[in-house]
Amino acid sequence: MSKMMYREAVLSTIVEEMERDPNVVVLGEDVVGGMGTAGGPEAIGGIWSTSVGLFGKFGGDRVIDTPISESAIMGAAAGLALSGKRPVAELMFADFIGVSLDQIWNQLAKFRYMFGGKTKCPAVIRMAYGAGYNAAAQHSQAVHQILTGMPGLKVVMPTTPGDVKGLLRTAIRDDDPVIFLEHKALYGVKGEVSDDKDFMIPFGHARLSRAGQDVTIVSTGLLLGFCEAVADKLAAEGIGCDVIDLRTTSPLDEEAILDSVEVTGRLVVVDEATPRCSLATDICALVAEKAFASLKAPPLGVNPPHTPVPFARELETAYLPSIGKIEAAVRKVLSYR
Amino acid sequence: MQLSREALLRAYRQMKLIREFEERLHIDIQTGEIAGFTHLYCGQEAVAVGVCEHLSVEDKIVSTHRGHGHCLAKGCDVDGMMAEIWGSREGLCKGKGGSMHIADVDKGMLGANGIVGAGAPIAVGAGISCKIDGKGHVAIGFSGDGACNQGTTFEAMNMAVVTKAACIFVFENNHYSEHTGFEYAVGTNKDIASRAEAFGMKVWRGDGTDFFSVFETMREVLDYVRVPGNGPAAVEFDTERFFGHFEGDPQRYRGPGELDRIRETRDCLKKFRQSVTEAKLLTGEDIDAVDADVMEAIETAVAKAKAADRPTAEDVLTDVYISY
Ligand SMILES: Cc1ncc(C[n+]2csc(CCOP(=O)(O)OP(=O)(O)O)c2C)c(N)n1
Ligand SMILES: [Mg+2]
Repeated sequence: MSKMMYREAVLSTIVEEMERDPNVVVLGEDVVGGMGTAGGPEAIGGIWSTSVGLFGKFGGDRVIDTPISESAIMGAAAGLALSGKRPVAELMFADFIGVSLDQIWNQLAKFRYMFGGKTKCPAVIRMAYGAGYNAAAQHSQAVHQILTGMPGLKVVMPTTPGDVKGLLRTAIRDDDPVIFLEHKALYGVKGEVSDDKDFMIPFGHARLSRAGQDVTIVSTGLLLGFCEAVADKLAAEGIGCDVIDLRTTSPLDEEAILDSVEVTGRLVVVDEATPRCSLATDICALVAEKAFASLKAPPLGVNPPHTPVPFARELETAYLPSIGKIEAAVRKVLSYR
Repeated sequence: MQLSREALLRAYRQMKLIREFEERLHIDIQTGEIAGFTHLYCGQEAVAVGVCEHLSVEDKIVSTHRGHGHCLAKGCDVDGMMAEIWGSREGLCKGKGGSMHIADVDKGMLGANGIVGAGAPIAVGAGISCKIDGKGHVAIGFSGDGACNQGTTFEAMNMAVVTKAACIFVFENNHYSEHTGFEYAVGTNKDIASRAEAFGMKVWRGDGTDFFSVFETMREVLDYVRVPGNGPAAVEFDTERFFGHFEGDPQRYRGPGELDRIRETRDCLKKFRQSVTEAKLLTGEDIDAVDADVMEAIETAVAKAKAADRPTAEDVLTDVYISY
């Protein structure tokens, strides 16, 4: 095991997979940086520093710095994938799926089905998502809500550097299109990471990050840490929480959720996207349908409000689910006897 | 055509206002009090002002992520803008939008925009509206050399031509899109205007570091587009940005001495001062007086922004809809 940051786990996995498989190619805006400038290439290596050094190591054929053309980047990823390559394409901000959604939704996601199962489309689309930087309505969104509902896509949302490693490797080696959502606020977080160059975490297998008998809390990404803080606080009062880190929202580890709720009878889903038609409503519905008899309280979602992400510090703080709001939700489900 | 003394003073004041607004933000951002991503327009003032000095409130502009200059040039309130960037409840957008989303639709300023390439299609719609109204008003879409590579920009150019929208694409070529040089990213032989030409538009080119070049070029462009039935046009201005892409950018893409050189030789304010004093149109004292006035306006704006009411948690929920 080694200790590294979330962003380093992204980069080192890409390096290892590019070394292993010459078909892995990287493309995106400023993934090299400095192209066509006096400063020269490698001026930045991705604005999140997740492609530093790739150009020097693997060259311009496999590390492609693109113009600002998200539709063409996503489309090129689709074309590369249909032509035997394994593109790892970067959208600088997840919000830019708005510019490029056709290529993701109507192309990448649907090829296999439309072509009668006769093709594979091994593309990974990495994107930085999430609030916490006061980057306002067009640079802060959590987009899993939109993408999880799209048949044909797999959607990964790693929380820890160790999971980044195992899940990104699985994503790159997977033959289906995978959306890989990296939370901006987690890039600097450090954690233990496997050194095994074949370490993979299968999709659809959640991680139990806290174990308890009284309440099930389901989340992933930045908010998982908030859930753990709540669980730790309640543990001191003798209340036990299962905290489930989903890791992937598509496929969804239904079994982990249902098994836990069968014991606790209480569910809180903590979700960074807006509340309507959300991950939270999806999982609450699942539990209502499949674990109704176990429930001791109505399942609850904790989401931001049905608004765009606001700019000002006070507004963004009020917008995001907080430790306080999660704790209140947990206490609310506990208040039912 | 010779500008009046008042017009010269006004144009200079607008450019200086943008410059000092940005220079001050550059300082204040380092204290950490201002949240979010801020993209400074410093260096490009001659473009915003050289364009907007021709416009009335009925003319529309659509801006970019680097929008402060366009907003100020189109008449957005300085205090309201500063307060917005400081995230105040008294800001032009109540602290909801911030630097990247400043707008004042009543002033014909249809918004800065965080999505690169989103502006050009919006300008086409505004230009079609101007055409329908038939009063000779126009819509201007500002785009960068990076934004010109978006499909949205291409679609907008073609659609403007076929709909004969009263719309002008103003391309501000500051040679960089984030960390990438336009010589790499723009395939048409380092030239953006020729793309617009290929879409069937009349095009112009000008020096975006020289107010008079921009102003005189835009006079021709506007004379053309304001004529009913002529349809759209495009213009490319060669310009410079004096700061990083965003505040905090290490700017490793710059060559040695580049910033000093462009500040020395490509500064629209220096050029303006030199040309009007040499031509004896204004005196050094005239200009110094404007400078002092602007510095005071910026001081006031900052003081007001700092003292302004902060937004509250309840404010998150308002303004999503008109009725729901
Ligand atoms: C759709 C989209 N893609 C990428 C970005 C990130 N981004 C913001 S500004 C920028 C560069 C824009 O360059 P240019 O159009 O030349 O404008 P300049 O920054 O030079 O004013 C990029 C890539 C974005 N905001 N929106
Ligand atoms: Mg540019």
